[in-house]
Amino acid sequence: MRKTSRRSFLAAAVLGTAACRKDAGARLSLTGEEARTLDAICDVLIPADQDPGAAAAGAVVFIDRQLAGPYRRHLRAYREGLARTDSLSRKMFAKPLDQLAGEQRLRVVTSLEQGARPFFEMVLAHTMQGFYGSPRHGGNRDYASWRMLRVPASPVRGRITYDLRQGKGS
Amino acid sequence: MALAPVDAVVIGAGAGGGVIAKELATAGLRVVLLERGRWIGPWDDRKDDLRNQRTSALGAPFGPDDERNPRVAVDRRGHELVVLPSDGAYSNNAACVGSGTVSYGAMAWRYMAQDFRMKSLYGCPAGSTLDDWPITYDELEPFYEKAEWEMGVSGDVAPDPFKAPRRRGLPMPPLPPNREYEILKPAALRKGWHPFDIPMLRNSVPYNGRGPCMRCRWCVGFACEVNAKNGTQNTVIPTALATGLCALRTDAMAREIVLDARGRATAVTYYDADNRLQTQPARLVVVSAGAIETARLLLNSKSQLHPNGLGNRYDWVGRNLQGHAYPRAVGLFDFDTYDDVGPGASIAICDFNHGNPGLRGGAMLANEFIRLPIQFTGMTPPDTPRWGRAHKDYMRQFYRRSIAVMGPVQEMPVFEARVQLDPRVKDFWEIPVARLSGGRHPHSVEVARAVVEKADEWLREAGAIRTWTNVPGMDLSGGQHQAGTCRMGNDPKTSVVDRNCRIHEADNIYLADASVHVTNGGFNPALTILANAYRVAAAIVRERHA
Ligand SMILES: Cc1cc2nc3c(=O)[nH]c(=O)nc-3n(C[C@H](O)[C@H](O)[C@H](O)COP(=O)(O)OP(=O)(O)OC[C@H]3O[C@@H](n4cnc5c(N)ncnc54)[C@H](O)[C@@H]3O)c2cc1C
Ligand code: SF4
Repeated sequence: MRKTSRRSFLAAAVLGTAACRKDAGARLSLTGEEARTLDAICDVLIPADQDPGAAAAGAVVFIDRQLAGPYRRHLRAYREGLARTDSLSRKMFAKPLDQLAGEQRLRVVTSLEQGARPFFEMVLAHTMQGFYGSPRHGGNRDYASWRMLRVPASPVRGRITYDLRQGKGS
Repeated sequence: MALAPVDAVVIGAGAGGGVIAKELATAGLRVVLLERGRWIGPWDDRKDDLRNQRTSALGAPFGPDDERNPRVAVDRRGHELVVLPSDGAYSNNAACVGSGTVSYGAMAWRYMAQDFRMKSLYGCPAGSTLDDWPITYDELEPFYEKAEWEMGVSGDVAPDPFKAPRRRGLPMPPLPPNREYEILKPAALRKGWHPFDIPMLRNSVPYNGRGPCMRCRWCVGFACEVNAKNGTQNTVIPTALATGLCALRTDAMAREIVLDARGRATAVTYYDADNRLQTQPARLVVVSAGAIETARLLLNSKSQLHPNGLGNRYDWVGRNLQGHAYPRAVGLFDFDTYDDVGPGASIAICDFNHGNPGLRGGAMLANEFIRLPIQFTGMTPPDTPRWGRAHKDYMRQFYRRSIAVMGPVQEMPVFEARVQLDPRVKDFWEIPVARLSGGRHPHSVEVARAVVEKADEWLREAGAIRTWTNVPGMDLSGGQHQAGTCRMGNDPKTSVVDRNCRIHEADNIYLADASVHVTNGGFNPALTILANAYRVAAAIVRERHA
C-alpha cells in the first residue's frame, strides 16, 4: 500500500473540498433545461436590483435539492409545470423563457399566475423559501436576503444582553 | 408476551402526561410513560428557519414524521385530502418527549374565572355546544400556582386588573423589555388600557438549576439551546425518572387500551421501537396524547361494552374540536422597531377578554414573537403585490419596521367540528388515522373581527403609519392549541369524562390533556393543561389510596 504523507493527504483534502464546491452546482433532480426555465421564473419573482435576486442567491439550487428530499412528492408537478411554462413562452414569444428579455419574461410569468395557479403558487412559495430561508439548504447564498434586510447573519451564541442579578429594567 | 404489570400506564409524554407521570411516581406508584416520539435535547435542534415547529416547510423536527403519520382532512365543501404533519391542515402540535412544550413560545396563561362559566355568562349561541366547565377557577387556582412554581414562570401580571384572584405572585421577574415593548406600552396607557409583562414558562433568572434566556431570535418553534424554556422535558419528567419508579419508553406508539368484560382497562398495547407489538398490563391508564390523538386512541379502543369506542356511548368522543381563532393586526412604522432581542412577544392586555358589547368572550392581545424573514414574506398589506420588484422593496423597507399584535379568540364549540377514524387510511402501524372535519362557529369569527380592531387601534396609537388586519375564516380550528374533543362534564350524556377527568363508563381510565377542555379560554392553553393535570393526578392519588 502506498503511504500517504501528511502533506499530500492535506492537499487531497483541499482538492476534495474544491471538488465538492464545484459539485454543489450539480443538479439532483432537474434537467439543465428545466433548471434554466425555473431560474428565469425565480428571477421574475424576486428580481435583482441593488441587492441580488432569487436567481443569484441560489433559489434553484435550493428547490432542486429539496426535490430530491422533502419535496420529492412535488417533482412531477415541477416537471409538468416547467414544460408547460416552456411551451407557453414559445407560444407567446417564440423562445424559451430564459432567452426572453425582462418585460417578456414578466408577461409569461403573469399569465402563469392566471393560467396555472397551483404550479405558480408552489414555485412562489419555494422561491421565497430559497431566498429568505436558512442558507444551509442551498439558497440565500452568502446570506443575500438577510444582508438586504439588515438581519444580523450569524449572531454570537451565548451572549447575555442584561445583568442576571438585576432582572427587569437592567 | 405481556410485560410485568405496573400501577399506571400514561400515554403521551407531553404537557399533561409529563405532569401525571411525575405526580404518580412521586406518590409511590409504578408508572410506564409511553411516548411515540423521541427525546430531543436542547443541543439537537438546529435553528432552521424552514424546518421548525412553526414553519415546517421542510418537516416538523419535533415530530411526528411525514413518512409514517398521515391524517385525512375534509374541507367545508366535503373534499377530502390525505395530509402530512408538515401540512397546515394536519393540525399538528408535536411528538417528542415534552411535545409542544419543547418548542412552544412558552406563554403561561391562567384562564380567567369567567372562562369556566361561558354558558352561564353569555348563553349558548345557536349551532354551538357552549357549556360551563364542571369545575371553577377557584378549584384550579392552587394547581395553577403549583405549575408556575414547579416548572418556573417569569413575568409580571400585577398590573392586570382583570386577572382572577391569585394567592401568590410569579416566581421570576420578567425579562427586560425589548423595543416593541417600549413602543407599545405607552400607547396602551394612553388608550386607558392595562398593559403588563406576559407570563412565560421561561427563565429570566437562574431557576431550577438552569440558566436564563439569552434573548435569541429563534424561540417559538425551536428548542432552547441554553435550556431556559421550561417544558415537561426539563422539569417534571426528569423528576419522575429520578424516583426510579417511572419508566419512559420512547418510540412507543400506543395502539389501543385493552378492556375486560366489565369495561375496565387491563393493559395498553403499543408498538415498540422495533415495531413489535407489546402488551403492558396496568391497574390504571391515563391518556394524554393531545386532543386529536387522544380521541383517535379512544375510538380505536373498541370492546364489547364500548362497540363505538371507549367512552363513546353517546357519540361525544372527538366532538367539539377547537383551538383559537387568531386574528392579527400588523402595523408599519417609519422608524426601526426590530432589535433582534428574543423571544419577541413581551407585552399584553386583557382589556378585551370579556365585556365586549353584544359578544361572547374575546381574547388577550399581545405582540407577536420575532418574525423570521420567511414568515414576514406573507405579511403584506392587501394592496402590496405578493412577488416581483414591489414585494422585494416592501421586504427591504419594512422588515425591521413592523409590529404585529394578535389574540387567541375563545371559540364557540361546534358539535360537527370533529375527529373520527378514517374508514380507509391507516398509518405505518396499520392503525386507522384521524379524520378531521367541520368548521368554526360564525360567532367566533365575529368576535375575532371585533377584537382585532382593538389590536389595530393599539398599533395606530403607537405611531404606525399603515395598518391592516387578517381575520381567520370559518375553516376547521385545532392546530397547536387543539382542545375539547373529550369534554369534561357532570352529565354522561353530554360529556366524556367526569369532573376528575375519569371516563364516565370506565372507572380506571383517566384523561389529562387539552381534550377535556370544555372551552379553551381567550389565552394559550398550556398552563391550564398543566394545572389540570396536577389536579387530576391529585384526584387519582386520593381515589386510589382511599
Ligand atoms: C410552536 C408551538 C408554539 C406554542 N406556543 C404556546 C404558547 O406560547 N403557550 C401555550 O400555552 N401553548 C403553546 N403551544 C401549545 C402547547 O404546546 C400545547 O397546548 C400543549 O403541548 C398540549 O398539551 P397536551 O398534553 O394536550 O398534548 P401534547 O403536549 O401534545 O402531548 C401529547 C403527547 O402524546 C404523544 N402521543 C400521541 N399519540 C400517542 C400514541 N398513540 N402513543 C404514544 N404517544 C402518543 C405525542 O407524541 C405527544 O408527545 C405551542 C405549541 C407549538 C407547537
Ligand atoms: S429566546 Fe430565550 S428562551 Fe427562547 S430559545 Fe432563545 S434563549 Fe431560549
